[in-house]
Amino acid sequence: MSREARITLLVLVALVAGAAVAFGAPHVLSDYFVRIILLIALNAILVLALSLSNGFTGVFSLGHVGFIGAGAYISGILSIPVQQKMALLPHLPTFLHAFSLPFLPATLVAGLLTALLAVVVGYPLMRLSGYFVSVATMGFLIIVNVVLINASDFTRGARTFTGVPLETTLPWVTGWLAITVFVLARLVYSPFGRAMKAVRDDTIAASAVGIGVLRTRLIAFVIGAFFSGVGGSLYAHYLGSFSPNTFYFALTMSLITMLVLGGMGSLTGAVVGVICVSLLSEVLRSVERGFTIGDFAVPALFGASQIVLGFIFILVMIFRPKGIMGDRELTFGLTQRSATVNQTEERKR
Amino acid sequence: MTQLDYILQQIVNAVSLGSLYALVAVGLSIVFGVLKLTNFAHGDVMMVGAFGVALLAGAGVPFPVAVICGIAAAAVAGLLIERIAYRPIRDAPDVARLLTSLAVTYIIENVGILVFTSSPRNFPLPDILNTSWEVSNGAITFTSINLLTIALTFVSLLLLGWFITRTTTGLGMRAAAEDMSAAHLVGLNVNRLIIVAFIVASAYAGLAGILWAAQAGVVQPQMGFTPLLKAFVAAIIGGFGSIAGALVGGYILGALEIFIVAFLPSSVSSYRDAIVFAVLIAFLLVRPGGLLQPNREIKL
Repeated sequence: MSREARITLLVLVALVAGAAVAFGAPHVLSDYFVRIILLIALNAILVLALSLSNGFTGVFSLGHVGFIGAGAYISGILSIPVQQKMALLPHLPTFLHAFSLPFLPATLVAGLLTALLAVVVGYPLMRLSGYFVSVATMGFLIIVNVVLINASDFTRGARTFTGVPLETTLPWVTGWLAITVFVLARLVYSPFGRAMKAVRDDTIAASAVGIGVLRTRLIAFVIGAFFSGVGGSLYAHYLGSFSPNTFYFALTMSLITMLVLGGMGSLTGAVVGVICVSLLSEVLRSVERGFTIGDFAVPALFGASQIVLGFIFILVMIFRPKGIMGDRELTFGLTQRSATVNQTEERKR
Repeated sequence: MTQLDYILQQIVNAVSLGSLYALVAVGLSIVFGVLKLTNFAHGDVMMVGAFGVALLAGAGVPFPVAVICGIAAAAVAGLLIERIAYRPIRDAPDVARLLTSLAVTYIIENVGILVFTSSPRNFPLPDILNTSWEVSNGAITFTSINLLTIALTFVSLLLLGWFITRTTTGLGMRAAAEDMSAAHLVGLNVNRLIIVAFIVASAYAGLAGILWAAQAGVVQPQMGFTPLLKAFVAAIIGGFGSIAGALVGGYILGALEIFIVAFLPSSVSSYRDAIVFAVLIAFLLVRPGGLLQPNREIKL
């Protein structure tokens, strides 16, 4: 069996398991746990989308949350029911008043328009490297925020954007997660994926052997933006109402923490990072609300979870800069042959 | 009020705002020059300085003493951040260090919110500094704190100029900025130079934070973030790592912001920050070395 076929098989197994969770969980688990699983799956889509450029191509973008926000607002505008649109967004162009799209097409349109935006933004920015590209993409994030706040005909400005139907259920999210993992796994472990890693590890050598650096970076950036837009749409339909600051530095920080903690060069690592950080924040959030041990009452400490996550981030940076998984994938033995190949490659380095 | 008075008023505003940006940007550039580190926590050091003054002056300490203590607190905060978070990863890639400084910002702001809540507090400014002055029959107005900001920026930057061109430590800092390993080879104590750089930069941040809070009238745990981002743009416009560049960039940015608001219709000027960051991106793409370092090449 070829390597690609093994990966496909692995993903299919994951897909079946995901489907079982998606349809089985609501019957077995309480709403609280279903919500946690849903959020983990949703964040996994967002972090995987981020890993494509930040982890595999070496272009550390701080602007992906801009794409998530764009996706959320685009999908929201498209899918608010026609009757409510007039009241909520009276100044929309008339053609947008006339219709409202169901969840799936709205999500697809959001993903595609976001990808288009990424082409426009990425074409100039992918020329930059290192920290320059991080700063430039951060500039992009701020610009998106300013535009969302000021384009109030479309976004209700700084006020809460509301009325988005709550359609994001666990099967939808796991379905999109499966598609994301499938596409990314095929991409990352293909010749193009090797080109991406070559660009990341040594730009000059990569271009010397004929890899188009700009083209490779741009493709990774745009595909990542597509899934960010899709994730944004899922987020919008999960929250129902949100504001421009939902998609700003706090979300950026939490996604980056997940990515860096899990390991930037590994798809399963990204997912491991999401699970660790999500579970940890959930535990910390209950601590934040205050609790009592015996007679000793611990007061509510709002923001404590962010502080702990910040410290964890710094500790990871100091002691394990490659994250929990580094470049390795969790394969559960299914791709044994390729795993050993990976190890020999690693030893050679 | 004549057209000319209006323009003069805007120039006064631009110089005042530009001085603040220049002060913050100079601190950022000192650290970037020596360590090649984009220090996001610089904004939080500003916050520490401003909070120090607000708390001390609020508790009855004379204002000038409170200001000195605030600047000292900022310097100590910068020193601690360097020791705890930045020194262990000094050899890590640029991006890793940038992210670490973001995490530091995140921690400090959340600790600030935990301790002081995120609602703004009053900044107790003495009445002498709050008087407003009027020129040409009230057409041009400014407050003493505007004047003080401009004057303090001028004096402190002269002092900095003297420090980095005339003292051994200052020259050493510039040598380390030029080539860290060479500076080490010729026997300079690089560790000490980095510490000095952080103390100087953080003291400037403290001063800038105090002046910023004095103009705004309030302090708040997240107050440092916006000026930091703006100063960052200023530093890149001028040439990141260059102190003269930070100065030039600060005044250009101050003028740009004030003139966008003063002379453009509100439908455009509400996008002021978007324009500012578009300028940042344009500079990164076309002239990454900024105005004063045109020959600096950034490899793909």
